[in-house]
Amino acid sequence: MSKKKFWAHPGMMIDFVLKSLFKKPATVNYPFEPMPMPPHFRGKLKFWPEKCIGCLLCVKDCPAKAIKITKVGDKKFEAEIDLGKCIYCAQCVDSCPKKALEITPEFELAQISRNKLRLTYDESGSHPTEKKPG
Amino acid sequence: MEERNLKYPIGPRHEINVPSDFSFVPRAKDEVRVPIGPQHPALKEPESFSVALRGERIMGVDVKIGYNHRGIEKACEQRSYIQDLYLVERICGICSHTHATCFAQGVEELAGLAVPKRALYIRSLVGELERIHSHLLWLGVAGHEIGFDTLLMYSWRDRELVMDALALLSGNRVNYGINQIGGVRRDVTKEQATEILKAVDKLEEQTKYYIQIAMEETTLIQRLSGVGKLSHDDAVRLGAIGPTGRASGVDRDVRRDDPYAAYGELAFKVVTDGHNDVYGRTIVRLGELLESYALIRQIIKNLPDGPLAVRAPRKIPAGEALSRYEAPRGEDIHYIKSNGGEKPERVKVRAPTLANIQSVAKMLEDRYLADLPIVVAAIDPCFSCTDRTIAVAGRGAMNWEELRRYGIEWYRGQGIDFSRLSSKLGRGA
Repeated sequence: MSKKKFWAHPGMMIDFVLKSLFKKPATVNYPFEPMPMPPHFRGKLKFWPEKCIGCLLCVKDCPAKAIKITKVGDKKFEAEIDLGKCIYCAQCVDSCPKKALEITPEFELAQISRNKLRLTYDESGSHPTEKKPG
Repeated sequence: MEERNLKYPIGPRHEINVPSDFSFVPRAKDEVRVPIGPQHPALKEPESFSVALRGERIMGVDVKIGYNHRGIEKACEQRSYIQDLYLVERICGICSHTHATCFAQGVEELAGLAVPKRALYIRSLVGELERIHSHLLWLGVAGHEIGFDTLLMYSWRDRELVMDALALLSGNRVNYGINQIGGVRRDVTKEQATEILKAVDKLEEQTKYYIQIAMEETTLIQRLSGVGKLSHDDAVRLGAIGPTGRASGVDRDVRRDDPYAAYGELAFKVVTDGHNDVYGRTIVRLGELLESYALIRQIIKNLPDGPLAVRAPRKIPAGEALSRYEAPRGEDIHYIKSNGGEKPERVKVRAPTLANIQSVAKMLEDRYLADLPIVVAAIDPCFSCTDRTIAVAGRGAMNWEELRRYGIEWYRGQGIDFSRLSSKLGRGA
């Protein structure tokens, strides 16, 4: 196929391997170095209570039944998102007519307790707070 | 329940060569039976082989699959079409776009949706990127199985380029979630296209190097040549598809024979080979990589403008649809039946491995036991894709309730009692 080297067979990858010795590592030293996520990365969900109109389309479309929206007052809604159930498809973000749900690039979500995976976003403030259920 | 089952029987069942007397007991005097699997270091997923040996020669192989059955088809019937799209995407971790596109195509056919051209091109683009990552992954696995771990390390290093391209395009490295019923969810920007082309250029250079390795490296050629022979006639008879079939000269490719997405407007060559063995399968896959690079360049060059998706109804009109898709491993088939509601009446998935697994027994005949890992790996098996239905020998068709009761009794026989758990969940035994 191409020109043959006199030491080409066998072990002909050796020159490639030796050259790689002088290259930068292909891996990222991840926990010690930042690992930026690509745009549109589907990470942890965020809920904006003041935008929610309680149409429940997100609840209906969620393939994992990870979202629970409860009415807590007149035009006031609270969301409980189970990050353990969530499959991070962001269909709810597409389904929401008012953009009350948002995906964030946050992906380090492991927890020791299952309760900590259930996040409640209540109606306080423009920035949603995460409250551990009691 | 009874009525429902009679009305909608389980879809056409593929004859899998699972003998009802599957066991590890030797059947002849000078025969030794070696169990490979369900858990075995040579296998990446649980499946069971009962290998009959005479010395080191394989006299026959019984294949038993079904250890990865997850009941996805049944679960699809209980979810809406939108939810199913994400569920079928998770049938396979490698060809997730395959299943999602195949399912979406079927539903779009039922609903009579005209998918915008730009969406079709983006589907093809992701599909080809997926093929590249799958074939590079296979190359690494094949290298690993024959003890050529240098190849594994470098091909997987290069695979990162295509994984990054996919992440850039869709957001995530696996389960891209690019499809929606009626189109795609994300656009390809000019910058993304340039990045993808850059990655493709680099990958092409690397792939040409791997082709050179495959053509000249003696250890690789000698280890793979003549291993896992599957003659052209056997490949046709056993229904081998994808690179497995094409390496035996079966010139079939859904992309060309029954064009879907944008393939009808793209020029490409179906790579076939006449080696009929694992070496041929390597050559076919490497050749397909080059074709995929050319396809990606064409897609990006000809990417039409326009909307990304059309609005899909939640209720899909009643009817039946069969959707085909050329997965990296071969032809993937989805059958969808709708009754006019929001949920499908029946979803049936025939993944490529189910068509190829039967040829494995033939390939292994009269070969050495040490060839088993590479021969099994050479069809690029995906058993979690394959395991759809389990037929319990000698019991005939069962309805859902009977199947459930059978499962509970079977587990009770194994010493596992679910009745306590059921009562805890408030369902009763």
